[in-house]
Amino acid sequence: MDSRATSRRTFLGLSMGLPLTAAMAACGTSGPARPGGGTGAGGGGGGAKATYWFLSGPPGEAVRTAAVERFNKADPNSGIELTAVQNDAYKTKIKTAIGAGQAPTIIWGWGGGGLRSYVRAGQVEDLTSWFDQNAAVKDRLFPGAFGAATIGGKIYAMPCETVQPIVLFYNKKVFEKVGVQPPQSYGDILDLVKKFNAAGVAPFSLGGQSRWTNMMWLEFLFDRIGGSEVFQAVFDGEKDAWNHPASIEALTRMQELIQADGFVKGFSSVTADSNADQALLYTGKAAMMLHGSWSYGIQQAQGGDFVSGGGLGWMNFPPVDGGKGDPSDTVGNPGQYLSISSKATPEEKEIAKRFFTTGVLDDQEQKEWIDTGGVPIVKGSDGLFAGSEDAEFLNFIYGVAGNAKVFAQSWDQALSPTAAEVLLDNIAKLFQLSISPQQFATNMNAVIGQ
Amino acid sequence: MSMSATTAGRTPSAAAREARGGGVLPWLAVPALLSFVAFAVVPLIGVLLLSFTSWDTLGDIRLSGLDSWWDVLTDPGLPHALWVTFLVTAASWAVQTPASILIGVFLAGRQRYRELLAVLYFIPLLLSSAAIAIAFKALLDPNFGLGAGLHLDLLNQDWLGEPVLAFSVVIFVVSWQFIPFHSLLYQGGVRQIPRSMYEAAALDGAGRVRTFFSITLPQLKYTIITSSTLMIVGSLTFFDLIFVLTAGGPGDATRVLAVDMYKRGFQANLMGAACVIGVILVLLGLALALLLRRLGGRDPGASQLEGA
Repeated sequence: MDSRATSRRTFLGLSMGLPLTAAMAACGTSGPARPGGGTGAGGGGGGAKATYWFLSGPPGEAVRTAAVERFNKADPNSGIELTAVQNDAYKTKIKTAIGAGQAPTIIWGWGGGGLRSYVRAGQVEDLTSWFDQNAAVKDRLFPGAFGAATIGGKIYAMPCETVQPIVLFYNKKVFEKVGVQPPQSYGDILDLVKKFNAAGVAPFSLGGQSRWTNMMWLEFLFDRIGGSEVFQAVFDGEKDAWNHPASIEALTRMQELIQADGFVKGFSSVTADSNADQALLYTGKAAMMLHGSWSYGIQQAQGGDFVSGGGLGWMNFPPVDGGKGDPSDTVGNPGQYLSISSKATPEEKEIAKRFFTTGVLDDQEQKEWIDTGGVPIVKGSDGLFAGSEDAEFLNFIYGVAGNAKVFAQSWDQALSPTAAEVLLDNIAKLFQLSISPQQFATNMNAVIGQ
Repeated sequence: MSMSATTAGRTPSAAAREARGGGVLPWLAVPALLSFVAFAVVPLIGVLLLSFTSWDTLGDIRLSGLDSWWDVLTDPGLPHALWVTFLVTAASWAVQTPASILIGVFLAGRQRYRELLAVLYFIPLLLSSAAIAIAFKALLDPNFGLGAGLHLDLLNQDWLGEPVLAFSVVIFVVSWQFIPFHSLLYQGGVRQIPRSMYEAAALDGAGRVRTFFSITLPQLKYTIITSSTLMIVGSLTFFDLIFVLTAGGPGDATRVLAVDMYKRGFQANLMGAACVIGVILVLLGLALALLLRRLGGRDPGASQLEGA
């Protein structure tokens, strides 16, 4: 009967709705067409425009926009067109655009594993020889920032913006109230956990639902216990690298800290996107928090007089007793990265390189980043800190970044997207205590080198 | 829904023309058929083809035969995701159906206050799933949510952090959002039951409960099938609410097939594997839909109104 056929078709439609959306999403987000493609024949490069996509949202968007506007004003014959994209959507959107050959001229990113997948697909320019010819551009930046831009000995991105190490933040008022001192070692941390729990304060805030927040803990425990080479072996694709004794020990210690109620109750329900984890710290419900240096700006904006009143303390993650790692090591984002699409026209590439030389991190941009509480990745940018109300924190970050023997990149950025997803998934399970350290290592060994 | 409506509304002559299979009616299906082919069949073929390749969305699409299938089918994540999907489907059906029937029957009454309540009940359906998920996430925050605000310790649970609690929250929110829709279906269904049946039952001395079980419920058979089909096939592809609320967590406690597919495709860049799951979803959806049709009885053309 007809009615039967009709409803069967409806079922078909319903059941196919999802794969359909997935397939459509792949073509739907191609973004703005490249304006450079249409122009060009007339004025010999005059009027050519490069395109540039980056993250939207305060405070970065305003600084990025202003830098490009200054560049466009100084160079009226050509220019850069901007598109700001929201954080979560950005990764998917830029990937889709690059895959579809619709990439912007200048690709903003985090370097590391994501950049490597662009390089493998031949989508971004090799800038090694350009940096050799323009040594001044390279030499003014933190050398540590180039690690995540370098794939197989070649540089594929221009480091830019700010350095963002992970910092151990603490609430000085809570420490005072409970009558304890900031930790000098991991042993101190374990003692503090008992004392804060006894005082009814959560020792550590953690936005566990976001998963990468948990990862920051493992990054430091691995480094402090076994040294930076333990994760480096994973990154280099060594077989069974996660089985390293230091790796198993770090994972075991992690679960011990969770079992000792080191983290706020219900941390798996707390998200970092809503800044609920940072609110726990500045409201005094938690005493400490391991978080990226960008958290300073957020607590300043949302915590009332918490930061300005001297409530916020900070330090590098303390050493683990008997550990091999260098206590000066840190981890986080050594910078942000700008690559040039290999599909761009020569004029567009030229504009992008001019922007890298004269536009990126000019004095004004450095000042604006400093005003947001960020440390620009320019050598000597600490000379601009004087007069900033955040000078103390900025100097601390500048010191951490400058003195770090190893500034490792966040694991999820360093690994390929495929391996990073497995990593975050297993980290969530490890923190749920639903898998053992050895199971974690076995699961992760399976995706080494992917 | 469409079926009971057409069965009831069809005039004898139209039915006769349909039976002969001629006339203008086939032409009416052309627009639907075209959009169905363009937006369902073609992408489906694409998904099927992609499932035999590996593609990271950046480089070239490489044929890899059955590699993606092998990877997905041997991954212990697949039976887990299937099981979670089944649980979500079963639990949301078991919660929503009785509640929707009761509310639907209640709202079918013509009293003024019931009409008003019907409008109020309808509100959750007007909200977007993502907005609902974000709102519930904020309400359930263990430190700054409803429990902390009202100082009710009972509400201060690790709602999204304990597997069983997180699963229950998902079922609750899904039901909260969709019970209004299914109540509406049942409201319509109840209103189509001829009054004479109830009058006859009253004359025979049947009470309210007896009337409900002997008349209302059997008469709602096709509405129940329609609503169940929508619920089951719908929860099979449930994505947005779960993704925003728990992102499949804690761990993988609420990782249904659709979320698994998204994570593989768009977060882990394994489009081949994601397409394999897409194909599995389609097959499952088809099988379930056909099964439900079977449950509907051998002779769907039979009248529901015998004896009326």
